[in-house]
Amino acid sequence: MPETYPFSSRSFVLHQENIDTDQIIPARFLTTTSQAGLGRYAFHDWRFDGNGMPRNDNPLSGCDPHTTSILVTGRNFGCGSSREHAPWALLDFGFRAVISNEIADIFHSNAAKNGLLPIIAPQSAHAWLMEHPGAGIHIDLESQTVEIDGFDSFHFDIEPFAKHCLIENTDPLGFLISKMDEIKRYEEARA
Amino acid sequence: MSRSLFEKVWDEHQVCAETDDTPAILYIDLHLVHEVTSPQAFSALDAKGLKVRRPDRTLATIDHSTPTLPFHKGMSPPYASDANAAQVERLYANTAHHRIELHGWESPHRGVVHVIGPELGATQPGMTIVCGDSHTATHGAFGALAFGIGTTEVGHVLATQCLLQRKPKSMRIHVSGQPGPGVSAKDIILAIIARIGIDGGTGHVIEYTGEAIEALDMEGRMTLCNMSIEAGARAGLIAPDQTTFDYLQGRPHAPSGAEWDEAVAHWSDLRSDPDAQFDKMVEINIDALKPVVTWGTAPDTGIAIDAQIPPPKTASDAKALDYMQLQAGQDIAGAKVDRVFIGSCTNSRLNDLRAAASVMKGRRIPASVTALVVPGSVIVKRQAEDEGLDKVFKAAGAEWREAGCSMCIAMNGDKGAPGELIVSTSNRNFEGRQGPGVRTVLASPAVAAAAAVTGQITDPAKLKQVAHA
Ligand code: SF4
Repeated sequence: MPETYPFSSRSFVLHQENIDTDQIIPARFLTTTSQAGLGRYAFHDWRFDGNGMPRNDNPLSGCDPHTTSILVTGRNFGCGSSREHAPWALLDFGFRAVISNEIADIFHSNAAKNGLLPIIAPQSAHAWLMEHPGAGIHIDLESQTVEIDGFDSFHFDIEPFAKHCLIENTDPLGFLISKMDEIKRYEEARA
Repeated sequence: MSRSLFEKVWDEHQVCAETDDTPAILYIDLHLVHEVTSPQAFSALDAKGLKVRRPDRTLATIDHSTPTLPFHKGMSPPYASDANAAQVERLYANTAHHRIELHGWESPHRGVVHVIGPELGATQPGMTIVCGDSHTATHGAFGALAFGIGTTEVGHVLATQCLLQRKPKSMRIHVSGQPGPGVSAKDIILAIIARIGIDGGTGHVIEYTGEAIEALDMEGRMTLCNMSIEAGARAGLIAPDQTTFDYLQGRPHAPSGAEWDEAVAHWSDLRSDPDAQFDKMVEINIDALKPVVTWGTAPDTGIAIDAQIPPPKTASDAKALDYMQLQAGQDIAGAKVDRVFIGSCTNSRLNDLRAAASVMKGRRIPASVTALVVPGSVIVKRQAEDEGLDKVFKAAGAEWREAGCSMCIAMNGDKGAPGELIVSTSNRNFEGRQGPGVRTVLASPAVAAAAAVTGQITDPAKLKQVAHA
């Protein structure tokens, strides 16, 4: 899990709406039993043709996550399948945050748990970012702000507990386990 | 205070209410597990030295990675790859180690996870049900709060039987009217998704109400709830009624005797109060609904089967048309079909197969078309064979396979070839979902069967009557 905040990078823009998790990582790569090394399958069928050769029309060509680790996309990113392999693949590919004006529920939750920051931008900032690939972006999780070089900054929402876990680098499972007495009481009351 | 069905189920399962700082802790009654989204969760548990807390509330099956080609007892299954085999073996090992009920190869109840939960009677009204699978909403047909979770959360439920959740918003979709002949639950849900959009339900739990919903049998209700996620919703549910109770009574995991009566009494209260508030409300009338098929690469692109493909409204629409090799203004009926898939947790139950068989009966699939019929479970397969449906499919020239997800997700070796147009009874027509470059048209079992026997998208009502021998 990438743990340092704040961080800065340039944006990489994908001009598409409704990018589903089957595009982010095609199902045939889900036969793994581990979560490591999935970056090579990120957007696989957009990057490679049926023979495994790079595609000419690859919308990710020129994307170097070392310098462009913030993905900016059209509306409703991450819809479809609940596969957590999608944020695992994006993180391993090198992305650290996704900015859109709408992000699908399950992907949003999976991404936040893994440290791929899901950021919903207001319409104006989103529209500007879509038009300015490579924009310099600074993300501060603590204050929940995104600063954009040459444009306004904006505040983003993040579920407070997810934020706490990311900043403290703690596992939410530990919190659940700390509530075991309550869980047992609940079970007994219903039995 | 008046509450919706969703709120009643939610409230009953709150171990701790949410605070500003922490989500609610929600108790999970039933955790369904399959081989694809669970191995990393079990590994996380093992790494922390944790046990599965309630194996008795956990139910596992193998469905996604399993081949559907028949094989002889004692032989090893014809897996498409070593990775597929390893995934299944891992679930065997994990469930044995943690003493979880697994419906593996030897089980007479094996099948697609969302088909066997209800079939076993494990899915019951008022429950909270989760699975590492977005189509978990299927179980909402029984008035359960059922939703898909990620693998990290699968680990949370395995370890604690609980989940950290913020309460979603609520939405009511009221469906009035009566379906015309040949119109099924699949057509209704495709029409709903086309109306509200692929993200129309994002952040919400949908309750489906209205005479058209009450008139559906349980299989139809499952088809409907199944695709709630295709409108972005967390879950979809329907209040339980006599239809629900009749379906459940006598099933292996359902209560019996005095417990049954008690359960029915409790379940009968599970409905939204008359003045319950919803964050969003939608009304749809289906009196004039025709069978629906999709033209694009998202499930919200459904149109009536006798309609023309609409002009693209966005760049995504234009890209979808390009991918689908279809033209705006073209009749969707008549588009040439290469392959047909009848199956998936949306449409692989007995009534689905009956609907498909009634169209295929006495007809032949042209040589240019390949058709695959994949029952949702071993039980469905046996029931269909008892009725002779397998013979109808085979006589028509379709392949009759073993139970599994198959070409719905195309990760077990069953898939289309690049460029092929597939009419599919599954739930997703995303680019490449049924194999790289494959073009998917979503449809009901009857429409898929009509596509198989004519080699083109065809309204089953337009097929010439054939004399049934
Ligand atoms: S049939 Fe398709 S949608 Fe249903 S569980 Fe299997 S892969 Fe998922």
